[in-house]
Amino acid sequence: MHPAPSVIAFTVLSGAGFGLLAFLALGAVEVYGAAAFLLWGLGYGLAVAGLLASTFHLGNPSRALRAFTQWRTSWLSREAWASAGALLMLAPLALAAIFGGGLPGHFGAVAAAVCVLTVVSTSMIYAQLKTVPRWNHWTTPALFLGFAATSGAILSGQARIAALLCLVLGVLLITAFRLGDGRFRAAGQTLSTATGLGKGGTVRQFAPAHTGPNYLTREMIHVVGRRHARRLRVIAVVLAALLPLLGLLVVPPVLPYMAAIFVVHIVGAFVARWLFFAEAEHVVGLYYGQRQGDPA
Amino acid sequence: MTALPPPSAKKLGLVIDLDTCVGCQACVTACKGWNDQGYGAPLSDQNAYGSEPCGTFLNRVHGYEVTPEAGPAEIVNFPRSCLHCEDAPCVTVCPTGASYKRAEDGIVLVNEDACIGCGLCAWACPYGARELDPSAGVMKKCTLCVDRIYNENLPEEDRMPACVRTCPTGARHFGDLGDPGSAVSRLVAERGGYDLMPEMGTKPVNKYLPPRKKGAAPDGPLTPLLETPATGFAGWLDRLLEKF
Repeated sequence: MHPAPSVIAFTVLSGAGFGLLAFLALGAVEVYGAAAFLLWGLGYGLAVAGLLASTFHLGNPSRALRAFTQWRTSWLSREAWASAGALLMLAPLALAAIFGGGLPGHFGAVAAAVCVLTVVSTSMIYAQLKTVPRWNHWTTPALFLGFAATSGAILSGQARIAALLCLVLGVLLITAFRLGDGRFRAAGQTLSTATGLGKGGTVRQFAPAHTGPNYLTREMIHVVGRRHARRLRVIAVVLAALLPLLGLLVVPPVLPYMAAIFVVHIVGAFVARWLFFAEAEHVVGLYYGQRQGDPA
Repeated sequence: MTALPPPSAKKLGLVIDLDTCVGCQACVTACKGWNDQGYGAPLSDQNAYGSEPCGTFLNRVHGYEVTPEAGPAEIVNFPRSCLHCEDAPCVTVCPTGASYKRAEDGIVLVNEDACIGCGLCAWACPYGARELDPSAGVMKKCTLCVDRIYNENLPEEDRMPACVRTCPTGARHFGDLGDPGSAVSRLVAERGGYDLMPEMGTKPVNKYLPPRKKGAAPDGPLTPLLETPATGFAGWLDRLLEKF
């Protein structure tokens, strides 16, 4: 799949934002006044920046509000509701932290749960697609949650939890890479089932339907990144999980260190998310001769 | 509403005969021609006369080579367009309700005024039937020529999809696949029409008719010439060379 910068920015930034907001909503950090304004502002800023980035992926962004209508069937619509709901529910908590004031204790827990729901909805946009076997797997929501939780824990200065989450994230990333590699073959689609011609013999592409590119080849038959995939996987695991883990264990959890750790982690998150798209193969590629020679 | 309607009794669709398709691309051209006018945003082209032309099409014809265990390889021309699936995943993923399946005849359409161009429906389709038009920013797909098939301003023989009307070999058939007695349903039953990627669970309405079994290739008119014994000088040379 084409790793569009808008979609990568959307999923990484909004994930980190909602992760931080969830930790703040649970009262993980005791901040008040200006400090609270900055920290809550960072959470809101990341989440909103991510959501805005997602609109750059649209052909008609002016109609984006229509995306709220189909929550009964569409994960994308559910994501719109969950994110808007989370941002609204978090507002009284943010205001209470900045200006002072009390809210019922369980309100924060509910708001944090809606943040989690938002991240799950985002991940399900991809995980629901049977057409992309690598995504159509439990590792997709697990990874999205793992990244959101780790980013949130680092940003909210929860050194111990963050270290544990880095470990979990690293294991999850490696698991997702490993299991993901076999998913396309396990799903069983081949040029033979795509054309139904396999009963007559071995099928191969003879002449493509068109010699130039089209929407399908640009959007769903992305092949550029696979050459460097191995190296990028190592970079993703090292930057997103391993280095932050070591940093969290070694340095004291003070602002400049935590900021540096977050920068390293988020660069790793961008690399991992880029791979998430670039390595994902859509079954429509079969019609264009992709995976030719794969044993049926 | 992007929830799928209950299965309709009438299931309009196409039956494509892979035995008779010659890959002339006339259906591709006719489809593009008809859908450049009237219904919805016209199918645009980008850099049409440049070095890397690109355009939106609703129908593409691929060429595949099938090599049997014994016998010569065969070329199969393979038109690919929307299959108007009964369990259309492109419909349920749509966040705006723009993508829908008609309850009355099962045609899958896009309400372009409500489409935000997110592309998720194209991702959900295993068959690559949907292409986002970069000029209009909306998703385009086969409409089964919904503006022809019910159009009483057209002569009756033209009230069928443009691709079917134009096909010079009669490889494309249009009809109601929900009616077991219809011509298309009988064709599917007789010829063993099948679904593409049935394991995807999309239940396509369109069916493909497999290429007919070919017999052994008959001897060509020139074959006896191969048996002609050489005579004269050539015959002498032939016999001589065999001695070595």
